[in-house]
Amino acid sequence: MSKTERDAAKARTAKARAGKARAVKEPVTEMPVTEMPVEETPAAGGPVATALVAEAPLAQAPASGTVAPDVPAAGAGRESDGQRAGRLSVRKTYKLYIGGAFPRSESGRSYVVTSSTGGFLANASKASRKDARDAVSAARKAFAGWSGATPYNRGQILYRIAEMLESRRAQFAAELADAGTERAGEAVDAAIDRLVWYAGWSDKISAVAGSANPVAGPYFNISAPEPTGVVAVVAPDDPLLGLVSVVAPVIVTGNTCVVVASERAPLPSITLAEVLATSDLPGGVVNILTGSVKEIAPWLAAHMDVNAIDLTGVADEDLAVTCEQAAAENLKRVLRPSAPDWSADPGTRRMTAFLETKTVWHPTGL
Amino acid sequence: MTTSLADVASSNATLRAFLHGLPGVDRVGADQRAAMLGTRSIKTTAKAGAIDLAIRMVDLTTLEGADTPGKVRAMCAKAVHPDPSDPSVPKVAAVCVYPDLVAQAVEALGSSGVKVASVATAFPSGRSSLEVKVADTALAVAAGADEIDMVIDRGAFLAGDYVKVFEEIAAIKEACGPAHLKVILETGELATYDNVRRASWLAMMAGGDFIKTSTGKVQPAATPSVTMIMLEAVRDFLAMTGRKVGVKPAGGIRTTKDAIKMLVLVNETAGEGWLDPDWFRLGASTLLNDLLMQRQKLSTGRYAGSDYFTLD
Repeated sequence: MSKTERDAAKARTAKARAGKARAVKEPVTEMPVTEMPVEETPAAGGPVATALVAEAPLAQAPASGTVAPDVPAAGAGRESDGQRAGRLSVRKTYKLYIGGAFPRSESGRSYVVTSSTGGFLANASKASRKDARDAVSAARKAFAGWSGATPYNRGQILYRIAEMLESRRAQFAAELADAGTERAGEAVDAAIDRLVWYAGWSDKISAVAGSANPVAGPYFNISAPEPTGVVAVVAPDDPLLGLVSVVAPVIVTGNTCVVVASERAPLPSITLAEVLATSDLPGGVVNILTGSVKEIAPWLAAHMDVNAIDLTGVADEDLAVTCEQAAAENLKRVLRPSAPDWSADPGTRRMTAFLETKTVWHPTGL
Repeated sequence: MTTSLADVASSNATLRAFLHGLPGVDRVGADQRAAMLGTRSIKTTAKAGAIDLAIRMVDLTTLEGADTPGKVRAMCAKAVHPDPSDPSVPKVAAVCVYPDLVAQAVEALGSSGVKVASVATAFPSGRSSLEVKVADTALAVAAGADEIDMVIDRGAFLAGDYVKVFEEIAAIKEACGPAHLKVILETGELATYDNVRRASWLAMMAGGDFIKTSTGKVQPAATPSVTMIMLEAVRDFLAMTGRKVGVKPAGGIRTTKDAIKMLVLVNETAGEGWLDPDWFRLGASTLLNDLLMQRQKLSTGRYAGSDYFTLD
């Protein structure tokens, strides 16, 4: 028996089998079996015909060429932006940002993030104290490289973050609008401008915060600012402008940081992490945790490998005091400003808050 | 069986017949079992106990070309008082140094009870004549070493010259005198798990008191799978001969988590009898600091920082 003959026989058997099935299950409906030209050109796709015909009584029985009104067929309708209607949506998983990677919380927990009107937006990772610990390790590991980079290079990278943010302007505006920010587009612009502003400070801050001191003796006496180390930052509730305004001054001077994002609106912070990850910023310089501030902040405040903490986003008075007390254990620098206005000129205060002054005496020599 | 083991070493043919007659190691199965045992969760008081036991098992090691007498003295001070701010921290088991620095270590440790281990036999390559290796060992013992870490001749082992390896170990054991002999298999160079099992048996039959995974100079070093295979070997050797041999994984054990995984392997493979510094050691240099940091985390309730512990 040749291949052609075998295929033809197979197709005939399949047809007979399908016919039998139809006789049992669907005695009335006429099947479009004749669409398959099995008899005329048996060589064409015997096995395919088998599959189609065998499934036909169950799957295709009522269709026979017409489209049911509530089930759009493939390619039937297209939206204006080219996205196919009825396409399965690909939703983003909002994860943490630790050491340049996007892991889920070690605890496996997540929490529901809602829009300002109460609608469901996404599930965000709910970081645990162990995620905070990992983030601190990552920040510590990144510190030597980042603080050792030239200020010029750090400025370039901050500017690059602004560039990347600019190219995602629409996405951030949409996310901020969901989070209830009024005039979201302007907020994104302000965040981008703030990054550019801080980028410019990278090689100028030492001229402002440092000095050549006149001393009574044959010495040069120079004071130079140096980064404090790993800074824990509790970000304010302003999900983008506030976040950028607290992170940029910390990293521009060479610190690395662990950021606890706004608990209410954490989604823009993770989208910002995607921006940071594509901006030549070395992994671990900025680590972003989403979750409960009340749960994570005390662990960061007590962590002996954290050198400073910014409590801007701690709204609860008792929690702030607890964090301050825990921070005293290893003499962390603590910044706890009262209700900052993010639209105002930030000044250099946030940069100098996380700088140490090193003073060098050097003999004048000849 | 004990009598037959003595005959086994008479020639290469009998040794090969015996070593190749050992059951083969299922590589996938061994890796899977070791990984599975690594998922055990050890918490609170059990964790505190495990950390203290691990500290007592540490062979605090410095094996750098740049080692100085000063560095060895500093390390010895740390071996006796791992955390000077907390007297409840136990001493480590031993310090491990090169032979020429044994005298300094012995002097610095005095009567503290911390043992002095010395690598010998042309460590880490082991590429020298037997005379040199024996002399190397004898000098270290004369300088006061309590334990000798020798390396086997991997070249001879891989070439199938098992008798040469056997006789070398036996000769070094004789040169050790009262000192304990740890035999380094350098599993990273043995290529297969079957070879690890064969080398373990060879070292134990030749008289080694401990079998040790690696020099720490070759990667991979003390992987959980290799350690597990060696633990199985000492367990079976005890059952067959009645002689108990210790195990020392060394190299690549850096975190408390790694160390606790090793302890779980010991408990589940060889048994509780090996959960003792006399029978199980952890060769490490940076591990001790992580153990101390975890210990402090447990006692104070806040995460510790490496700035508060000495580097060496």
